[in-house]
Amino acid sequence: MIRRLVGQANARTLWALAALLAALIAAPAFANDYVLTVLVLALYYAYTGQAWNLMLGFAGLLSIGQAMFVGLGAYAAAGLFVQFGVPPIAGVFLSIVVACIAGAIVGYLAFRFAIGGVYFALLTIAFSEFTRILIDNWAYLGGSRGLFLKVSDLRHWDLINLRGPPQMFYYILLVLTVAVFLFCRYILNSKIGYYWQAIREDEEAAQAIGIDTFRYKIYAVVISSGISGIAGTIYAFYYNNLFPETVFAISGSVDMLLGTVVGGVGTLFGPIFGALILTPLGEALTAATASVGIPGIKQFFWGLVVAAIVLVQPAGLWPLVYRGLRLGGRRMRPPPVLRGGNAVGQPAVGREEEGV
Amino acid sequence: MPLDTVVNILIGGLLTGLIYGLSSLGLSVIFGVVKIVNFAHGEMMVGAMFLTLVLVRWAGFDPLMWLPLVAIVLFGFGYVLQRYLIERVAHLADYMQFLLMAAIATTLVAAYLMIFGPDDQSIQVSYSLDSYAIGPLIIDKSRVYAAIAAVAVTALLFLFFRYTLLGKAIRACGDNYMGALVVGLNVRRLYAFTFGIGAACLGAAGAIMLVLIDVQPYLGPQYTLLAFVIVIIGGLGSLPGAMLGGILIGFSEALAGIVIQPSLKSAFSFALLILVLLLRPQGLLGRRT
Repeated sequence: MIRRLVGQANARTLWALAALLAALIAAPAFANDYVLTVLVLALYYAYTGQAWNLMLGFAGLLSIGQAMFVGLGAYAAAGLFVQFGVPPIAGVFLSIVVACIAGAIVGYLAFRFAIGGVYFALLTIAFSEFTRILIDNWAYLGGSRGLFLKVSDLRHWDLINLRGPPQMFYYILLVLTVAVFLFCRYILNSKIGYYWQAIREDEEAAQAIGIDTFRYKIYAVVISSGISGIAGTIYAFYYNNLFPETVFAISGSVDMLLGTVVGGVGTLFGPIFGALILTPLGEALTAATASVGIPGIKQFFWGLVVAAIVLVQPAGLWPLVYRGLRLGGRRMRPPPVLRGGNAVGQPAVGREEEGV
Repeated sequence: MPLDTVVNILIGGLLTGLIYGLSSLGLSVIFGVVKIVNFAHGEMMVGAMFLTLVLVRWAGFDPLMWLPLVAIVLFGFGYVLQRYLIERVAHLADYMQFLLMAAIATTLVAAYLMIFGPDDQSIQVSYSLDSYAIGPLIIDKSRVYAAIAAVAVTALLFLFFRYTLLGKAIRACGDNYMGALVVGLNVRRLYAFTFGIGAACLGAAGAIMLVLIDVQPYLGPQYTLLAFVIVIIGGLGSLPGAMLGGILIGFSEALAGIVIQPSLKSAFSFALLILVLLLRPQGLLGRRT
């Protein structure tokens, strides 16, 4: 298995990865409190972005409701902790299960009649909103007034109850990010990964050669939502308060996909690269614009960044860096940008010559 | 609850539903022909509301008087958007187009926030508090006027698509892309025109909405979502479906106000959505592909 993970990457790539990992491990020793919170956020988005990437980049399914899976995970673990005193180390399993069930329901409703990819995207948003309204009106989980976790000793590492300093959350997220990166690399080169890529490239052809596309699309959604559910547990115990308005906000889902879009959809390293660039940039922007005091200028800028990426470099920035650093290895090559016609597979108008 | 109260609320729901229907037509026209889901739908409508607000404050008159002008401005916006931005990503996978629209939506909301500030803004029309009394029924005048305007615009749209050469050409593009190219239609121009017409629907709906509700920058996403729900219920790409879906949602919101608490009214709409997806996933009037 280790050979399978490392096998095709060349030495240059491995050294680059090792250097980055070492830098990330050492970072908290040099960072002050503020920088540390930014780093925690960056890893959080790298992790959730990877989960989103698994759905879209590998299987070609666009979800705009990732906040629902994360939020359900957060409420499951926090609810168990607040109401029954179950520690998150056990509660995280409920988080995973609840998020997976939600993913399976959305996937089932969307894929049952194979009406077209657009439906799935719309349904993820609709269900995310629906969940928000549901939790908003559910007094047992705090409703719209929010659910609060007791903040206790912040100096000692308590991994079982997830109580501790930001450093602890940083290292937990680092481990999770590395783990999900390796998992994605492994699964992308396994049978299920090849099936996903076949479905992504041409669903009808995949069906014709005998792939049960319905089942494998559901797998993609369920696995991605399960990974997101774990992020929810971390979110709940890091912030110690949950409000439906913020946890299930559409803008939250958009935040999770920004890093991956900028880094490169469908690449393994794009989500990490994108989140590590974008999160500090966003924080710097917030700090810079806070002094000027114009509300909305950060969102304005984000909108322009994403539009620019889509128009100019739809494959994301990572492939450029990748080529620039001359990283190689057969399997590490980023896949070509997903091409297609319009939403229902019609050929596009004009500009066919403009390959990317 | 007395029967006349219930009937009053239901009539209110029907009238609101007609306006929802008009706004959702904008989404459905664009999807039906250009095959793009306009993620900036609600945000563009809010833009039309702000434009109407500025016009009314600057020059007076009734918001409904400004409707044609606002629709024309939005038409231009939609035309340019399709011709110079969306067309550039037409050769990419559909999620890229979706992302571009989401980016435009985010930018629009932020722009409104920077220009108009976060507070609710409204205009007063002379008939704001008047109502018609027909026997025991009391119907707000503003709702009646708004619904009449919505029906008029919708009728115009249906006539356009049914009887004009341009309307037929657009439908041809939607039905068979390759065929439209073969018979020599300028598909790129027609796509831009279609996007413009969809945006013009939003312009009209926005001018009408301003009679009924206050406007603020964050209104957009919830109307985008509402339009998604309506067109999925009615059938994505079907124009009568969008109207039917709008009316159904108008009714269901009104009913939710009676039966359960008003804060759950959108949960009621989602329940309707899930029901339709389970029983008739292509939408009530949609065609299965």
